[in-house]
Amino acid sequence: MADSATHAQPSSTDGQSRRDFLLYSTIAVGAVGTAAALWPFVHSMNPAADTLALSTTDVDLAAIQPGQAITVVWQGKPVFVRHRTEEDIALATKDDSAELRDKMADATRVQKPEWLIVVGVCTHLGCVPLGQKAGDPKGDFGGWFCPCHGSHYDTSGRIRKGPAPLNLPVPKYSFTSDTTIRIG
Amino acid sequence: MSGFQTNNKVISWLDERLPIFSMMQHSAIEYPTPRNLNYWWNFGSLAAFVLVVMLLTGIFLVMNYSSHTSLAFDSVERIMRDVNYGWLIRYLHMNGASMFFILVYIHMFRNLYYGSYKAPREVLWWVGIIIYLAMMATGFLGYVLPWGQMSFWGATVITNLFSAFPVVGQSIVTLLWGGFSVDNPTLNRFFSLHYLLPFVIVGLVVVHVWALHTVRSNNPLGVEMKGEADSIPFHPYYTIKDLFGIGLFLMFFLAFVFWAPNFFGEPDNYIPANPMVTPPHIVPEWYYLPFYAILRSFTMDLWIIPAKLQGVVAMFAAILILFFLPWLDTSKVRSAKFRPIYRQFFWLFLVDCLVLGYVGGKPAEEPLVTIGQLGTAYYFAHFLIIMPLLGKLEKPKPLPASISAAVLKEKA
Repeated sequence: MADSATHAQPSSTDGQSRRDFLLYSTIAVGAVGTAAALWPFVHSMNPAADTLALSTTDVDLAAIQPGQAITVVWQGKPVFVRHRTEEDIALATKDDSAELRDKMADATRVQKPEWLIVVGVCTHLGCVPLGQKAGDPKGDFGGWFCPCHGSHYDTSGRIRKGPAPLNLPVPKYSFTSDTTIRIG
Repeated sequence: MSGFQTNNKVISWLDERLPIFSMMQHSAIEYPTPRNLNYWWNFGSLAAFVLVVMLLTGIFLVMNYSSHTSLAFDSVERIMRDVNYGWLIRYLHMNGASMFFILVYIHMFRNLYYGSYKAPREVLWWVGIIIYLAMMATGFLGYVLPWGQMSFWGATVITNLFSAFPVVGQSIVTLLWGGFSVDNPTLNRFFSLHYLLPFVIVGLVVVHVWALHTVRSNNPLGVEMKGEADSIPFHPYYTIKDLFGIGLFLMFFLAFVFWAPNFFGEPDNYIPANPMVTPPHIVPEWYYLPFYAILRSFTMDLWIIPAKLQGVVAMFAAILILFFLPWLDTSKVRSAKFRPIYRQFFWLFLVDCLVLGYVGGKPAEEPLVTIGQLGTAYYFAHFLIIMPLLGKLEKPKPLPASISAAVLKEKA
């Protein structure tokens, strides 16, 4: 240290290591304190309690005919509810053995085979794929087609072609009766 | 430097305590500037001028804007229809954003052509890139505020980029959104940050100018100023030239504001945001298009790296690579004037950026996908292969002994 020349120190190495200890522990305490002070600000940007509270949606399935689909809102996102036809189901189970990017059997993606319920947000960059309405393009695999960057999903909502990495996710849901479900 | 002198007692009293006048004298009046700067050197001061325009118009827009999802779109329409001169202030702000990017792109390509990023101006260049990044963030945040269809879906696509990162990706996206989709919390924080970042940019501009005044301006010849004969004082020579430039620029700018105010915009943004319906063709603002093309040009998974992650990494890398340019360019000669081969590659690179921009604005269909992929490959090849090799292989033309020698020879 610079001042050791003018102020005689009894044992400089001893003093130095004690000072180093004080210096490093002060820095460490300061760093932990700063991080602790920062966290409330970062966490304030995460979903607030009222946002989290809007976490379930009830859907009545009775009016949806085979081959039809409806879109419901859950947590601000569209959820696709499709009443699958026999051909849809057959195609989906047949393709379990096809080459899949995100490998999942159709049976693991549904609770009742005729009802496919998936979050309608493309896993590429979050667009809403087309295929819900009668006139919509359904892609090469009979499911959905995302117009933004050309991802094709099959009748199980699995990614088959295009840039998206993952299948359309299946939200948590349960049948509250034979014809109603609760998502979330 | 002769220093600041005055007979006014009040001014000299103040200057001894806070040397504002000395500083102005030193860095805006006497500041020695190369005598041979051409009009491509006007674009820095023009960009600063537009920054001020953006701050002023923005502050007045905020007085009538509501950052709530149920009010935002209508409050912007109210600015357009009911607020006195609201249409003017908004069109100035809207077109000002495009102008800012046009000016900064010209400023950056000027820098590439004349090798201004080379020693000792690397840090000046770095600060410039950081300003550019801050501008891109600010522009993106601002585009979300009118809460039209493009606002909403642009925000959705861009924030979803972060989900490409393994493990933490989705948590980052939730943190950015403050919810489970782009919604009211997202709009509010974007508004807050859109107001903050321009002032950060002002701070960065101060640092940029500080670095500039430390290393001084490059010039079209790319040789350093060596003596008094090479330089002229900033005032009145460049103050008047910059003012003249602002006059010309205002004609260009206001022509859009008055006669084609929506030229740079997307009609879909005059449809209120609808989270349930994606527009058939989402395009970002024009100034991001080359990077959007790079993002989209990765369509195949490689081993365990998904195409999406590749695209996102490539897009960020396309900008970050600029930080390394001072070392990737191995040539000692700055100005393309004396680098006959680099000069051609410079124009090729410019064309490549324009092609990428064109591809980025079109739907992802063949043959544009392949063209975009070739354009992306060339973009990176320019920096990683062409620039390092060219410096070693190219034989530059002889440099003039000094700026004044070259200028006087031209006159003779």
